[in-house]
Order: sequence, then C-alpha cells, then structure tokens
Amino acid sequence: MTSSTSEVRSVATADQRDAYLKGLVQRVRAAVTTELALDELRSRAAALLNEQTFPSARDEDWRFTDLADLLAHDFVAAGEASVSEADVADLRLPETAGAQVVVVNGRFSTERSQLHNLPDGVAVGTLRSHSNLQIAERLAQASGHHEVFTALNTVGFQDAVVIWVPRNTVVETPIQIIYLSQPGAAALIAQPRCLVVAESGSALTLIEDFSGLSAAPHFTNAVTELWLDANAQLTHSRIQREGAGTFHIGKTAVTQARDSQYIGTAADFGARLARHNWEIYQTGEQTTTKIYGLGAIARHQHIDTHSLVALSHPHGVVEQQHKAIVDDHAHSVFNGRMAVAQKAQLTNASQLNRNLLLSDKARVDTKPQLEIVADNVKCAHGATVSQLQADEIFYLQSRGISAPQAQRLLIYAFAMEILETIGVETLRSRLAETISQWA
Amino acid sequence: MINENSDIILSVRDLRANVDGTEILKGLNLEVRAGEIHAIMGLNGSGKSTFSKVLAGHPDYEVTAGEIHFKGQDLLELEPHDRATAGIFLAFQYPLEIPGVSNRDFLRVAFNAHRKARGEDEIDVFDFDDLIEEKLDVVKMDASFLDRSVNEGFSGGEKKRNEILQMALLEPALAILDETDSGLDIDALKTVAGGVNQLSTPDNAVVLITHYQRLLDYIVPDYVHVMADGRIITTGGKDLAKELESRGYEWVLEAFRTGVTA
Repeated sequence: MTSSTSEVRSVATADQRDAYLKGLVQRVRAAVTTELALDELRSRAAALLNEQTFPSARDEDWRFTDLADLLAHDFVAAGEASVSEADVADLRLPETAGAQVVVVNGRFSTERSQLHNLPDGVAVGTLRSHSNLQIAERLAQASGHHEVFTALNTVGFQDAVVIWVPRNTVVETPIQIIYLSQPGAAALIAQPRCLVVAESGSALTLIEDFSGLSAAPHFTNAVTELWLDANAQLTHSRIQREGAGTFHIGKTAVTQARDSQYIGTAADFGARLARHNWEIYQTGEQTTTKIYGLGAIARHQHIDTHSLVALSHPHGVVEQQHKAIVDDHAHSVFNGRMAVAQKAQLTNASQLNRNLLLSDKARVDTKPQLEIVADNVKCAHGATVSQLQADEIFYLQSRGISAPQAQRLLIYAFAMEILETIGVETLRSRLAETISQWA
Repeated sequence: MINENSDIILSVRDLRANVDGTEILKGLNLEVRAGEIHAIMGLNGSGKSTFSKVLAGHPDYEVTAGEIHFKGQDLLELEPHDRATAGIFLAFQYPLEIPGVSNRDFLRVAFNAHRKARGEDEIDVFDFDDLIEEKLDVVKMDASFLDRSVNEGFSGGEKKRNEILQMALLEPALAILDETDSGLDIDALKTVAGGVNQLSTPDNAVVLITHYQRLLDYIVPDYVHVMADGRIITTGGKDLAKELESRGYEWVLEAFRTGVTA
C-alpha cells in the first residue's frame, strides 16, 4: 500500500513559515537584474510582503489547500535557460503562427518566440522593449496586487511579457504565450509575468499555455494582468499542464472598464499542486464576464480555483461554469466568490459548479460565496458532486457500447461542455484528445 | 407471423431472478421464433419489466436459476454490450438523458460498435449522416434531434421515438419494447407502432411489454402472454388481449390459482 506524501509531514509553525517567506523573498530579489530594477514597484511589494506571512490552512483562503509540501523545498530563482525547438514544437498551434511568445522559466526566449504576424501598432514583447508605453499605470496596479504570491512575483520577476493593443485595433491572429517550466538540478522558482492592455474598442484572443518539461520539483508563481479598456473584447484561454513535480500558483487579474467583454476558459490538467486565483474587477457599467473552468486530475494531484468577480457598477452580466473530474486520490477545490456592491444594480450573474468523482478516494471541496449588497440583481448559483451514473452506463451498454467506452464517452461529454468554449480549434481538439484518453 | 419452421431466436427455460435479494422471476418459460410478435401483459409487479432488464443484462438483476438461449448462444454468459451487438435490443420504459453527448454521436458510436463486433470497418461521419437521415423517416423525426443531447429535454413521445430510431439503426434480431406505449398520445403511438411494423421482418422478432391493449390495435401480436408472480401463467392469441381489456385480469389469475388454464 502506498501512502500520500501529504499524509506524513509535520505542520510548520508560524515562525517557520515566516522565515521561509523571508528567505524566498531574499533569494528572488537578489536575482533581479539592475536593468529591470523597478525600484518603487518592487519596494512597495516587498513592504507588503513584510507584513504578511506564508499562508497556512488556518487562512480561510487556503483552508483546503495545504502548502506544507512546498515548504519542504528551498526554491532558488531560476537563471537563464534555453530549450530546443523540439521542446516547443508540439505546443505551437497552427492558428497562432507568427504570434507566439515562448517564455522559459519566466524569461522571454528571443530564440523561440515568433512574432512576425501581428497588425501594425500591436506591441508584443518584453518589458525592456516597451519602456515608452504607460507601463507604470498598469503593471502591478490591478486590485489584489497585495496578495502574498502576487507580491512575491512583483518583487522578483525577471522579465514580463507585454502585449499592448491600441485603440480600435482587432488582432485577428490569436496570440499564444507558451510558458515552459524547465526544472533544474536545484529546485527552482520561476515567476512568469504578463501584462496585457487592450485599449478601448480593441479585440484580441490570448492563449496562455503553462507546460512543464520534467517531473522534478519546481515552483511556478505566475501573474497575468489583463486590462480591458472601454468596449474592448478579450477572449482568453489559460491551460495549465505542468510537470508532475511542479507547484503552480497562478494569478489572473482582469480589470474591465465599461462595455468590455471578457471570456476566459481555464483548464487545469497538470502539476502536483495548482492554485489559480482568478479575479475580475469591474470599473465601469455594462461589462460582460464569462468564465469557464475545467479541472481533470488523478493520482495525488491537487487543484484549487479561487475566483472572484467584483462588481461595482450597474448592468454587469456574469456567467460562470466550473467543472472538475477527479480520479484516484486527487483533490479539487473550488471557491467562487461574487461580490455585488450597492452600486451594481441590475447585475445578472450565474454560477454553476459541477464535479465528477471517479474514485471513492477522490475529494472535492466546493464553496459558492455570494456577497450581494445591491437589491435589484439576479444571482443564480449551484453546485453538484456526482459519480458516473450506473444507469447511464447501462443505457449505453445496451446499445453495444462497452462499459469502459461508455465511461469515456460520459467523461468526455462532461468535459466538452467547458472545452467547447475554446474557439481555437486545434487547442480545443488537443485538449479534447487528452480527455478522451482518460480511464 | 407464425411459421413453425422458422428459427428459434429466444428460448427461456425456468428462469429465476432476484433484485436486492428478493425473487421476482419464479420460473419463466418463453420461446420466440423468427417472424413472431409476442405481447407480454400483466399487472404492475408481475415481473414484466424485470424480465426485459434480465434479457438486456442489467447488473442489478441476478439470475439464480434457469437458462436463456439467444440464437443458440448462452445469453447469460454475455456482457450487456455483447448482447446488444449479438442482436438484443431493449427499448427503455424510461430512456436516459445523457447531457453533453449529441444524439448523432451516440448513434454513430453505437452503430460502429455493432459493425466492429461483426468484423466490419467503422463508417465515417459523412456516410453515417446519410444513413441516419434515411432512418429518421421511420419515426418521422426531424434532423434537428440529432444535434441535441441524447434525450435531454425531449418530450415523452420524442424519447420513445428516439428509442425506435435506435432500433431502426441497429436492426436487432430481437427487440424488446418495455412499455413503449405508456404515456403516449395517440399520434405518437401511431408513429411508434408504424415504425415497429415497418421494422418487423420474417427474420427478426419483437416482444412487446405493455399494460394496455390499445397498442395491440396497431401492432398485432401473434401471441399474448399473461405474466403473474414472476412467470407466464397463460398464453393466447391476439383476442386474449381484448378479453383482458374488457374483463380485467382477475379471471385469468383465478383460473391459474385453481389450476385450470384459460
């Protein structure tokens, strides 16, 4: 009988967690190059970190996600790394040809990025190459920047991918960012950072793909800030398929100005432990927000999605669907918070969380969290946890479909409801292929 | 159509079966030959639906004694999906809804499972579309039903027509219709019955399980069986159904209890 590593460990004391965070901050800060000092920004983040400690299960936000295994590694900041074309080739999507950014361990790869197919005026590059833009107004300025892992990224990121789409520009080609984790001999921390600004009336599709090259211990602490100015449209896919030894903590902070539309789909398939903090902040009226999540995990994997949609203006529309397929001893956590302030009258929001347990050792914790102050709003929510239905399987069997094939069909159907929201066909079909291999 | 020389498709001898440890079937005997249409009638709880589930191989039903031969094979040895590809088809009393699986994909996967079992190549999406469009006529279904999730949001009549559509596609040697007529309005009943009649050939057989004689106005059975307490207690021709409709079941049960056959 095998036992989970998470069952045999000692709980770190508050002092130990404090010391761990201080050590980590020191190491990632020391590795920052002077060229990208960003003194004010980083000092502010460091000050914020100084007032916090490393989260434990006592923190409400981390109640079901235990980071004790992460504390067992003294991660050091990843240095320069290069990857071969063979490592990237399978991840490139034909639809994104000429609009592909490759980031290795948090650093932009000039060698592997291909950016020849973008409209005039659309800037895709690194922070270094974009110094003339109004970066300071946006970078690390989204609400929620003080959160401990976001601040840790701000203190120590090595470079940032910056995508800036000017007014009324429609980027037809989806832009793909491939973030590769390349674990080293020592356990590394990589901190990818991405800033996307869609100016008013612009439209783009962004694909973020976090992939890992090995199963060695690794820590990815990623932050993506997406700014949608008035009437901008952003369609976003975030794929997480990191290596089996990776701790992945990711933040997606979306700031939506009036009349903007954000459609996001997140798929979590990889990592040993993955946490996605998905936060949407409304800064003007009549925004549309559609967020879809799919987790599919097995063995001892752990995934956790904490979403927040903060509405502070009238006529907002929110649609959220989050699903998880949980096999073996895996554990999925969903916390869906919707904060509807007094001013956010006539909000129309719905949230649905559905979970499919494929083993009696699998575990799901789900919590809808509706905080509604406005009095004239529609907010529907629901959560289900179920297993494959024996009667459905028998029905399929009675038509000549074998039990394993029937199970695959039902799991596939469960997942496709989310994956169908991905408009880029090759990506959708590749993820569907991954799901159809299940069981 | 009765033909004494046609092949025996189904032969059930002294069948006993339990659900949750309770014996429901208590020595059932039945023989069905190619070309025949059998109706099984009986009161609620007589074991009619249990019999249909046992034939299809539902895992909740445990066969404790007796045997079932289907086209010479020992049916009880076969997994449910192997029974289906061997030619058994059960039209469900309550067809399941399967959200997220399109009817078209479901039908194609099922059809290809049958082809594979026969050692034939799977057919592709385009050839399948041509084939299924043809079959839609049998149950007067609109092609838009193919792109909806299996039975999801279908009315009762639509679900039953969808069952007959599957039967039309899979061309079983033995179709068992479990209360397919229950709850149907007269138009839907005519459509379903018309489909079954159209699919009935000298080479296959149909077993209709029903409460109501009305279905038998549209699908004329060769034999009518009455089930009670887990077995078939009497068998007659199509007139027996009419008699049951006008006189009820009590006289049959009484005759059985006193050891006289009707």
